Amino acid sequence: MLERGLAAIRGTGHRVVNAIWRMGYASRFFFAVLTHSGMSFRRFYLTVKEIYFAGVLSLIIILVSGLFVGMVLGLQGYETLQKYGSESALGTLVALSLVRELGPVLAALLFASRAGSAITAEIGLMKATEQITAMEMMAVNPIARVVAPRFWGGVISMPLLAAMFSAMGVFGGYLVGVVMIGVDDGQFWSQMQSAVDFRRDVLNGVIKSGVFGVAVTAIALFEGYDAPPTAEGVSRATTRTVVTSSLAVLVLDFLLTAFMFRGI
Amino acid sequence: MERTTLDLWVGLFVVAGLAAVLVLAMKVGNLSTFNMSESYILQADFDNIGGLKARAPVKSAGVVVGRVTAITFDNATYRARVSMVIDKRYKFPKDTFGKILTAGLLGEQYLGLDPGGDEVMLKGGDKIAKTQSAVVLESLISSFMYNKAAEGDANAKKP
Repeated sequence: MLERGLAAIRGTGHRVVNAIWRMGYASRFFFAVLTHSGMSFRRFYLTVKEIYFAGVLSLIIILVSGLFVGMVLGLQGYETLQKYGSESALGTLVALSLVRELGPVLAALLFASRAGSAITAEIGLMKATEQITAMEMMAVNPIARVVAPRFWGGVISMPLLAAMFSAMGVFGGYLVGVVMIGVDDGQFWSQMQSAVDFRRDVLNGVIKSGVFGVAVTAIALFEGYDAPPTAEGVSRATTRTVVTSSLAVLVLDFLLTAFMFRGI
Repeated sequence: MERTTLDLWVGLFVVAGLAAVLVLAMKVGNLSTFNMSESYILQADFDNIGGLKARAPVKSAGVVVGRVTAITFDNATYRARVSMVIDKRYKFPKDTFGKILTAGLLGEQYLGLDPGGDEVMLKGGDKIAKTQSAVVLESLISSFMYNKAAEGDANAKKP
């Protein structure tokens, strides 16, 4: 009985110590990525290639999701707003919810599952097939050559993707609200413009998506780099990437919102 | 040449992203409609500002002419001091009347300016002398109830 209890305590302690260990390793990894970023800008073609893989190839899913999210917002918003006779505020509702929250957050979640998992699988597989070790043997720093360009590619792509998501969503809201249902065109845009502030709303949304980009890409890269070099290890790391980065995005979103819009 | 097609796609992607930011700034936000640099500051003291918030529009004849920038409490007079920026294109006479109004029945509160007839115009840093506070629903109801009660008393005494 006593032994079993001790074993349970020991197991918990082991897990906690392990988690903290990983945390420290992750911080050191993140720092190493930042200090070895020189090459990703000197040989910018490396980063451009990663922008293509992380950003351009995620375009379709981002644009289509943005359009449909905007259309749903238009429909649902209209349903509720018309009860109070203020359907002219539909533009405000759609634009503010997209620019402030849904654009950055949903784009980051999609980015995590579309690009983040791909990055983890790629780096994990590189490690499993000993390509990373081979690079080290050739005196090529794998962090500078493989990891840092992917990091900057993701960080550059994310705000652009989020902005496209929001713009597409506003267009979707316009399609449903104005073209389909028939809210007044002028009111839709003018109410939106009087309520949405560039610095407070649009710029904060861009900052948010930049932070999400850093978080998602860093988590994906670390999980890939830290993955056990087996098929099972890579598959687990990929799953962990999606779960951890989604949670990180949501928690960070709350923290950033608390900082940015506290004054309301 | 795989390199050039890749560059083309990434270039297109970056241009589209920046265009989206621009659309959000110009079409969705109000960056184009109101320029903070070409403006002057006015102040007004109110007994009660109700639900007025910073960034609320300042309107005259229904047209947005400026924005509320800050609301502070003046401890000397126990009144609320509202600072606003007004677009340089619009000038208002010295005896302009400042009111806190509500857009629609449940809408946002905004600051309305009713121009007076004075020859002298307000300059940057001036204070709007005549103001009317926000209508607070509770005081409206209580004064209505009071009047009703007084009416009831008068009716009771009459016969």
